Amino acid sequence: MSEQYRNNFLREVEANVEEGEWVKRCMQCGVCSGSCPLGPHWEHPPQELFMMIRAGKRDEVLKSSSMWMCTSCYNCIARCPRELPITHIMHGLAHYAERLGLAPKNQQTNKFAQRFWNNLSKTGRVNELKLTLSFYFMNGFMAGVKMSLNMQKVGLGMLLSKRLNPFEILGGHGCKDSKGLQAILKKAREIEDAKIAKFQG
Amino acid sequence: MTDVVATNQTILVVGGGISGMTAALEAAECGKDVILIEKKPSLGGRVAQLYKYFPKMCHPTCGMEINLRRIKANQKIRILTMAEVTEITGDSGNYSVNLTISPRYVTENCTSCAACGDAVETEFDDEHNYGLKKRKGAYLPFLMAYPQQYVIDPRLIGTADADKAKSVCKYDAINLEMQEETLTLNVGAIIWATGWKPFDANKIQAYGYDRIPNVITSVELERMMDPTGPTGGKILRPSDGKEAKDIAFIQCAGSRDRNYLKHCSRICCTATLKHTTYVREQYGDEGKSTIYYIDIRAIDRFEDLYHKTKADKTVSFLKSKVANITQDKTTANPILHGVNTEGYQRYTNAHELVVLAIGMEPSVDFKQLGVNLSINEHGFIENDPSNGGMFGAGVATDALDVNRAVQSATASALRAIQVVNQVATAEG
Repeated sequence: MSEQYRNNFLREVEANVEEGEWVKRCMQCGVCSGSCPLGPHWEHPPQELFMMIRAGKRDEVLKSSSMWMCTSCYNCIARCPRELPITHIMHGLAHYAERLGLAPKNQQTNKFAQRFWNNLSKTGRVNELKLTLSFYFMNGFMAGVKMSLNMQKVGLGMLLSKRLNPFEILGGHGCKDSKGLQAILKKAREIEDAKIAKFQG
Repeated sequence: MTDVVATNQTILVVGGGISGMTAALEAAECGKDVILIEKKPSLGGRVAQLYKYFPKMCHPTCGMEINLRRIKANQKIRILTMAEVTEITGDSGNYSVNLTISPRYVTENCTSCAACGDAVETEFDDEHNYGLKKRKGAYLPFLMAYPQQYVIDPRLIGTADADKAKSVCKYDAINLEMQEETLTLNVGAIIWATGWKPFDANKIQAYGYDRIPNVITSVELERMMDPTGPTGGKILRPSDGKEAKDIAFIQCAGSRDRNYLKHCSRICCTATLKHTTYVREQYGDEGKSTIYYIDIRAIDRFEDLYHKTKADKTVSFLKSKVANITQDKTTANPILHGVNTEGYQRYTNAHELVVLAIGMEPSVDFKQLGVNLSINEHGFIENDPSNGGMFGAGVATDALDVNRAVQSATASALRAIQVVNQVATAEG
């Protein structure tokens, strides 16, 4: 009986989005939306997103920039009367939208997240120097130069206190078995792709 | 020594609120011997602390008074106030109950003439008014307290004030030598009517009850409305003593929240609807009530009160669990922040006073008391055969309104009667 009220998109979210099985437990009290420090800048606050998922608004949800606004302050999780892991669901939705190629292209958080992942997944370790540079130059060469100059003092300080290794630029450190890591990630992607395929057509 | 006769055909009722009084009366009026014990110096419980109670908006002075008259008229009920259970052993039909009776320092000679209260100068927080005002060290708990006997606060003993109270008493009713007594009773059945306490609002950090003076709880509003209460029957702001005409009511303050109380306290929505009638009673069309809610749970016939309240132009409903409350420094107005979930608009609303519709939690932690009762995850007594001859009544069993608490108490009296009847049959 209750199955007929669970539309395909809700099922898809439950199956493919991290912590997505919690979405149906939202009671629409609005405390997450009211508690969000970035609330005024969201197109759709969390509890509205949950309602949209339950209403089957797939495109509006996945193409939205809203969940990319989450700064992981955890105010919503702390206050949610039903203990929904709202922060994690926001990141789960953002990630899922990106996997499907529906996420907004020029969204800054998305751009940085992609750079972070590319950087990390290569060797299994974050190369902070390369990541920082790629972040500075994310929005073009001139913007990168300007930002680098702005951050000069911080960079020098980190260099002197040995928090930043300049030789990381030559390739940097990695985990012991980066081939094994690549195999794990490949397998994970296959599993995820199979799950996604179930809901395509 | 307190002289109490009890046998295993006696029913012990723990708690002298509306449920305990009802359970005791129903059993006694069926001819059973009943001992009713109450922790406080007077019967009445939480209902006595209300201004009015639904469904019929009775003043406790009326609704409770009927029960007091029935008690006075009944020979079968023995009342022990300031008494607490410390230990229970035995089984259904044959319990042995240890009680501790705290000294009242005032004997039955007291005529409540008030001479001692006038003579004493030391003051303490008034429990009956949730500490919103002070009372004297020698006091009558509240106007319709039963028994109508003064009490001397134990903190007064050994001071000059205590001697002063004794010296002005014309009836030789003050005995400063009174000691704590212990008592062991043999009873056949026990009814737990231990009731509830308001959830500690300080725990809801985001609502600032501990730091914003003009955020109060629903039980405090009840006291304010009482003509003999801390504000003489007026709704006054704690920050500046001015009348509050624009009042926000926040529902589910502590209830339906896994961070606080998981259960729905069931009465708060209706209590808030009732409170809007208080605002109207005070200010007519000048008052303004705003109810912030998740959903209104005005159970069964209270639906009618909900519709009446909706028709009142001074009352508005805003569907939202308030996220947090801050304070306007110049006006001391609490400011509510949140999102209206009907349309998803954010709001920042200032009100003159905020009333938290505070949740109910069981007043006794039975596990800590070491009583072998079946207790559910919310701390309420479950009706379970393993409880033997012990039964829950009223809010000790669930969050209930007065009407349902009384029904529950009557049911528990019937169950206890069956136990003592079996004892009587067995003993021939």
